[in-house]
Amino acid sequence: MNTTVTHNDHDAKPSPEWKLNERRYCMPNTELAVTDDIIISHIEPCSRVIDLGCGDGRLLAKLRDQSDCSVMGIELEEKGVLETINNGVPVIQANLDLGIPEIPSGSFDWAVMTQTLQQVRHPKFALQEMIRIARRMIVAVPNFGFWKVRLQVVWQGRAPVTETLPYSWYNTPNLHLMSISDFRYLTVGQLNCRIVKEIPIINGAAVERAWASNLRAESVVYILESPQS
Amino acid sequence: MATETTEPFKIPETSVGFVETQTATLFAPPHPLETQGGSRLGPIQVAYETYGTLSPARDNVIFICHALTGDAHAAGYHDNSKSKKPGWWEDFVGPGKGLDTEKYFVVCANVLGGCMGTTGPGSINPETGEHYSLDFPVVTINDIVRVHHELLRSLGIEKVLAVVGGSLGGMQALEWAASFPNEVGAAIAIASSANVSAQSIAFNTVGRRAILADPQFLEGRFYGDQGPRYGLALARMLAHITYLSEASIEMKFGRRLQDTDKLTYNLLKETEFQIESYLHYQGRRFVERFDANSYLYLTKAMDYFNIHESYGSLANAWKESTARFLIASYDSDWLFTTSQSKEIVTALNETERHVSFIEFKSPYGHDSFLLECDQLASAVKPFLAQTYASIQQNRE
Repeated sequence: MNTTVTHNDHDAKPSPEWKLNERRYCMPNTELAVTDDIIISHIEPCSRVIDLGCGDGRLLAKLRDQSDCSVMGIELEEKGVLETINNGVPVIQANLDLGIPEIPSGSFDWAVMTQTLQQVRHPKFALQEMIRIARRMIVAVPNFGFWKVRLQVVWQGRAPVTETLPYSWYNTPNLHLMSISDFRYLTVGQLNCRIVKEIPIINGAAVERAWASNLRAESVVYILESPQS
Repeated sequence: MATETTEPFKIPETSVGFVETQTATLFAPPHPLETQGGSRLGPIQVAYETYGTLSPARDNVIFICHALTGDAHAAGYHDNSKSKKPGWWEDFVGPGKGLDTEKYFVVCANVLGGCMGTTGPGSINPETGEHYSLDFPVVTINDIVRVHHELLRSLGIEKVLAVVGGSLGGMQALEWAASFPNEVGAAIAIASSANVSAQSIAFNTVGRRAILADPQFLEGRFYGDQGPRYGLALARMLAHITYLSEASIEMKFGRRLQDTDKLTYNLLKETEFQIESYLHYQGRRFVERFDANSYLYLTKAMDYFNIHESYGSLANAWKESTARFLIASYDSDWLFTTSQSKEIVTALNETERHVSFIEFKSPYGHDSFLLECDQLASAVKPFLAQTYASIQQNRE
């Protein structure tokens, strides 16, 4: 990784993407590709996959073309919906905070959510919806237990701004800050899910079975099973 | 009324240009249409227009279903037209537009029971030599769609790339996908629903009542007379309000007065507020072009439309369909609401159909699909392109 410059400017101008409301993602593109690869490698060919907060539908198009999956996207922003249609992927415009009653229970093999959970108003509800519609889930979220985040909070006494979280606290799509421990507590402790796998992203690469992942990972991909399965 | 100018009229380059309405005669004896209501009707004239060129593989056909009071003239200009008014979806149909006539062969036809060239209550009943009037059978959306399906057959078209429509046109598109599950590549239903709400039936019934109560209605046999002009105008005024939104009326008219800046304190002054004047104008203009009997028949067809009932359940209606669906609604549309569109989406998901849904933001209410053509094109164009590509790919 060559992006070692830390953006410690706490009055950082919102990135153009955020300003234009173009993307709901906040990870650099290289990391997106890493996450995509992890997700694709875990989903069996011909699965039925739904992506909540699918952005431009890029991941779903890949799953359709590479793995012959039957796919569907959920996206809030009109721009993302149109881009997803342009990728030939069926997409439903919906607000995850209101639930997705348009999707029948148990109708998907996999529900995927990348870099969206921390942005919805009610993450627990969003996870419950995922549990309702799919047997298995993949969730990718930034890790707020990351050491740079901790340092900034402790040393500067201010809300963190990093590559993964490049927004000022007052102008950020990230409403909920959670660490790996927090995520485990909610999904396993409260929602009775099973975490099949936890894949930390460290320096932009997936590192399975990393030591001190809660400290070292800038983001994490979780593979989960719904309690009923 | 538009005034005629001496200057030769120049057609914009973005238009399909001069077009002519053509007529096909279908269901001639001994093969009449069996209507859902159990009547036999034939022969049936169908007025239609086409734009663009049919591909050698005949796989680029888009059929447009028009709304309640539309006609076959969706795009372009009529050579002989005194008023230089283009087709009703001119901004959406043409070279490079939402329905790109450089790429697709677009067909639009007037509905059965209408009054714009297709057989309806104002047509002559060949058995009696008189206007059908109320002897015309009650027709349904399914009847309308079957007539249009037969039209395409007669043009040598076996499958359509897409069926597109807004409002009542969207209902027809949904019916197409249900009736002909393997012949429709894509169904695009805009500002539509799988059945109309009780509220819509209520508005329709008041409109019909206005016509029926007009002393000039004469049991529907008013052809050659002045006809129920006031009743029909009133029906249109009422309906027109439902096509707008509170915000759009506020924006366009507010509480502004028409000819004066002071209230007149005169009860009988008909058009004091601008909105009054506008509605009167809409009513007047409508009477000039529309048959009151057709209005009765078509609003009835709309009220009867109920995919739930016709196919047992919504999900059941499209379970065999190979079509891709694009369902679109408008946030300010209170006549055909987003929740009604979502009901269709939910049903399609129950049988794992290929469905996309978008709720457009627009202040114009139900009329948005006629006005916000660029916005609509932003979804329809890529959707059609993808559908077309996949159909071509599957054939190879």
